[in-house]
Amino acid sequence: MADIVLQNVKKNFGDFIAVENSNLKVEDGDFFVMLGPSGCGKTTTLRMIAGLEMPTSGNILLDKENVTSLRASQRDIAFVFQMFALYPHLNVEKNISFPLRMQKMKSSEIKKRVAEVSQLLKIKHLLKHNISNLAGGDRQRVALGRAIVRRPAAFLMDEPLGTLDAEFREEMCLELKKLHNRIHATTVYVTHDQIEAMTMGDKIAVMNQGIILQNGTPNEIYSKPKTKFVGSFIGSPSMNFIPVDVAIKKGASSVVIDSNVFNIPVQHAETIADKNYIGVRPEKMTLTQKKGIAGEVYASEYLGNRNILTINTEVGQFKVRVSKDSNVCLHENVKITFDPHSAIIFDGASDKALPSAYMTI
Amino acid sequence: MANVKFENISKYFGKTKALSNVDFEIFNSEFFILLGPTGAGKTTTLRLIAGLENPDSGKIMIDGIDVTKTQPAFRDTAFVFQQYSLYPNYSVFDNMAFPLRSPLRKETPEKIEKRVVEIATLLKIQTKLNNSATELSGGEMQRVAIGRALVRNPNIFLMDEPLSSLDAKLRESLRLELKRIQEELGATILYVTHDQIEAMTMGDRIGVLREGELVQIGTPAEIYSSPADTYVARRLGTPQINLLPKAILESTRIPAATKTLGIRPEDVTLGSSGLDCTVTGIENLGADSILLLSMKEHEVFAYADPEKNYSCGDQLKIGINPEKTLFFDTQDKLIST
Repeated sequence: MADIVLQNVKKNFGDFIAVENSNLKVEDGDFFVMLGPSGCGKTTTLRMIAGLEMPTSGNILLDKENVTSLRASQRDIAFVFQMFALYPHLNVEKNISFPLRMQKMKSSEIKKRVAEVSQLLKIKHLLKHNISNLAGGDRQRVALGRAIVRRPAAFLMDEPLGTLDAEFREEMCLELKKLHNRIHATTVYVTHDQIEAMTMGDKIAVMNQGIILQNGTPNEIYSKPKTKFVGSFIGSPSMNFIPVDVAIKKGASSVVIDSNVFNIPVQHAETIADKNYIGVRPEKMTLTQKKGIAGEVYASEYLGNRNILTINTEVGQFKVRVSKDSNVCLHENVKITFDPHSAIIFDGASDKALPSAYMTI
Repeated sequence: MANVKFENISKYFGKTKALSNVDFEIFNSEFFILLGPTGAGKTTTLRLIAGLENPDSGKIMIDGIDVTKTQPAFRDTAFVFQQYSLYPNYSVFDNMAFPLRSPLRKETPEKIEKRVVEIATLLKIQTKLNNSATELSGGEMQRVAIGRALVRNPNIFLMDEPLSSLDAKLRESLRLELKRIQEELGATILYVTHDQIEAMTMGDRIGVLREGELVQIGTPAEIYSSPADTYVARRLGTPQINLLPKAILESTRIPAATKTLGIRPEDVTLGSSGLDCTVTGIENLGADSILLLSMKEHEVFAYADPEKNYSCGDQLKIGINPEKTLFFDTQDKLIST
């Protein structure tokens, strides 16, 4: 097993910049998720680590060794694709053992490893089966088996669950995580699904338009997003952004919205723009009888252990998470306030979060 | 709009049982959800109502009239599929106007235009009416497909997982819109899904299907708080309900017939007294943190404060309140207390 380091890695396709100057470290044994919408450069980054694309500039280190100019086959890495890419004419056992037979490994050793891997993935009973007779989930298990059997230094996975139906995806998601907890292999996993990223990742890097916007634990990324994009991309429902039509000064500890004063964490910098946003997570917003932003309940979604209210106000639509026992009615007039300790100011011009007593940058 | 009744319907495909003795009623202007995994019989139910399949036994009634033998065209149902099958060579307007231009309907062009614009506005695609159907994003295409059904004002809308091919954020917002439009139009909808979040957030009532049998019908809150059996209990709620043997808890509140205890993860309290557990997994979902605990040979899910840092291997104690516990008998059925 190994760590992976990207130093100033950049990739252009002609005039198009797919990946901007990126620096990243994946620690040994980490499950590292690259998250972003389609076209953000996450797959390109993964393909550069694999050696399927050459970076335009920069270095890639695998286990402290510079592998930038090595071919894919010379890097000790296994790639699992979104499309299973199995050999349709070989049975499960032959598919799994394929990379070992290519390495001319002794047949007794091959047998041992295939048995071990099929046990781990619970596909032992399928070894003699034809690939074409397998269900989607089982095919993806075989593809995983073929990757694991080599015992590579790192695994790279490109939306490996993307083609499975939603129900199965959740199950495989849990299975992959358990597998990772058992073998502790360094894994870089690409997805556009933030729930997948939050549940599986030890660390997450959020990308958009070729730039790594933020990189940290799921908790850091969720509670302290450094840009508006990260705040809205992560979390279901998304972060709320309350517009404020004034510049915010350094040292400020309150703002006025809709002629109400709201406390915010002490700001350590000032905004450039005159129109800014306060970012608040739905569970940090509450309904109040006292002063607050006035609005009307537009929708109420029951989720068993909680309710999500959608509230229309003069300054925008907000999501508020309330307890399952809340008995707010549709179209009811309510007032909203928010937790003063975890509110984040985003500059309207740069969309970046401002440092404050809460937000450390 | 109409009410639709399913009376004792059974359907076999060869020897495979698809539905057995399914009996339920969808009320006028109701958003009814059929929830179940792949192969439970959800899509078969829809196809039976539409008339695309014939039942082996039982009756289908629309507004009190037996339509079991009626041709699909005369049942006046509107189908929305998972894959938005639009006409790629038509504009959005023409796609939506298509069902109204059927020779059977004889609608005037003015009336057609009025209706299409009205529905397009509800779905927030009124600015896209002149676009070609292929120039739209996935979410917009699905809106058009839903719109094409909505223009018709049929007896019932039949929707087969219409949101499941969309990405998460879009699904979230369309869920809300669909529910709002249904209320505004007073539409009767039968919506099938395997997604319990869709079921709980949109449904007026939910029918839970399992292997061709309807195991429970009720409002989302009824099904969540009093599931008929352990299967239904597991089907609703993420993370799943904890099902533990009776022996782990001592209380006079536990009925004698109890075999299994059901405790929702949000009702497990972490603290300094109670049953001994070890943390074996942590899922941080942002707003919540979910702990996977091992208690002897059992696994327990619990909610934790995401601001507290737990790590694997931590020892802690959990409390289980008998008043918030569900009791299931040896047949896995709920014992009412």
